[in-house]
Amino acid sequence: MAQSIDIEAHRETFRRIAALMDPFNPKGVTITPQTTFAGDLDLDSLAVMDLVAAIEDEFDIVIPLNILPELETVGEVAAAVDRIREESR
Amino acid sequence: MSRDLLAKFAPLIAEREKLKAFQPDPLDVTMEKVLSPTEAIVNGRRTILAGTNNYMAMTFDPDAIAAARAALDRFGTGTTGSRILNGTYALHRRLEETLARFYDRRHAMVFTTGYQANLGIISTLAGRGDYVVIDADSHASIYDACAMGQADVVRFRHNDPEDLAKRLRRLPEDAGKLVVVEGIYSMLGDRAPLRELVAATREFGAQILVDEAHSMGFCGEHGRGIAEELGVDKQVDFIVGTFSKSVGTVGGFCVSDHPYFEVLRFVCRPYMFTASSPPSVVASATVAIDKLARMGEERRALWRKVQRLHAGLKAMGFALGTETVESPIVAVCLPDQDKLFGMSAALLDEGVYVNVARPPATPKGMFLLRCSLGLGHTDEQVDAILEAFARAGRRLGLPVTGTPPCASAASNA
Repeated sequence: MAQSIDIEAHRETFRRIAALMDPFNPKGVTITPQTTFAGDLDLDSLAVMDLVAAIEDEFDIVIPLNILPELETVGEVAAAVDRIREESR
Repeated sequence: MSRDLLAKFAPLIAEREKLKAFQPDPLDVTMEKVLSPTEAIVNGRRTILAGTNNYMAMTFDPDAIAAARAALDRFGTGTTGSRILNGTYALHRRLEETLARFYDRRHAMVFTTGYQANLGIISTLAGRGDYVVIDADSHASIYDACAMGQADVVRFRHNDPEDLAKRLRRLPEDAGKLVVVEGIYSMLGDRAPLRELVAATREFGAQILVDEAHSMGFCGEHGRGIAEELGVDKQVDFIVGTFSKSVGTVGGFCVSDHPYFEVLRFVCRPYMFTASSPPSVVASATVAIDKLARMGEERRALWRKVQRLHAGLKAMGFALGTETVESPIVAVCLPDQDKLFGMSAALLDEGVYVNVARPPATPKGMFLLRCSLGLGHTDEQVDAILEAFARAGRRLGLPVTGTPPCASAASNA
């Protein structure tokens, strides 16, 4: 139910994810919702999985690895986190 | 005009070309002649094999070879069919009985390769709506099984039972859950804390599969692996293993006491849609497993040899994958790719073959020279490996300290 999540809550999700990304951003790229993991951050698949583990712990949720191929940007991950939190409510 | 399908690999091709600067080429090793479980001719040179998985030296076992020859004569070169059609011979049945006896389990199912055993069992056990919960450092066959299956995939921190429990706690109570771990991890050679992992699995009502590929034959009283050694093998629901390491040939298997296990033969696609193992392979595997079951004292000789290699490399100042000996695998950690390939090429030049392992096959972006020993290695060969490491390390300008414990050994030159 993506529509039911208000914009401020979504921004907050993005901010919390961005705050987790320091160890995965050695080049100091500015993180925006459009930042891509493979292209902008040069993360390999293992690093992406490590980042996902940190996000799971931050929000106490499960992000199944099988949905990762669909998530290319930080914004898409934030949207997935909101959707998973909504579903598990 | 449509894009060339192989164009996406251009960066890899460029990197491969660059690595050809290292000679002899570590990525183009051919065993021109295999002299024994521990020696081959490589680039025309007699070379000690210190990077195989021939832990129990079974590849040249005279009884296994005789059984393979007899099967070849009696049953031919191949089965030309699936296990569920024309590919089940009496030999395959006998191998499965032998395995069930070896593991003291009711059921055993044999696959054509170990890769297919993981691929098939994991992707079939955990289906849509189920969860498969894997160790972060899992082998490619486990990751590929997850990609092939329909279950949701959750990954926990390597060898961390608390992290496993934390992730299991987040899953729906009534969902099917399969935890997948390995007894010994093939790259660093480290062991799983199986007692604690089994306990966490039980606490949340999940089932557990342990891949004992790199621990069968020499761990535990009967050589069943780490689960047996730690006294939890009866609490493990499914054990997967391979014939391509201690058993000395090729193939894979899964054993279990689960009452419905046999149904997997009719739903597991990597079992059904491939030809069964050739008779000679099946016959040698059966003999080798029977022999492994009867090896008691002999197993212990392996640990003494690994101890010697581990201590020697440590004394020279090499950083190793495990502080103490945990398995027959001793991984030497190097700082970067150039040192890795430089060392590997220099070792080949010195007449020693070890495995080159680098990301993403290795954890934490490590560059590893993966050494492994087997029962076939003599103390003299272990010393020759250490000598070669000392010389190769100095050639590369690595800070090699002291001399190998036994300086007598230029015996393979």
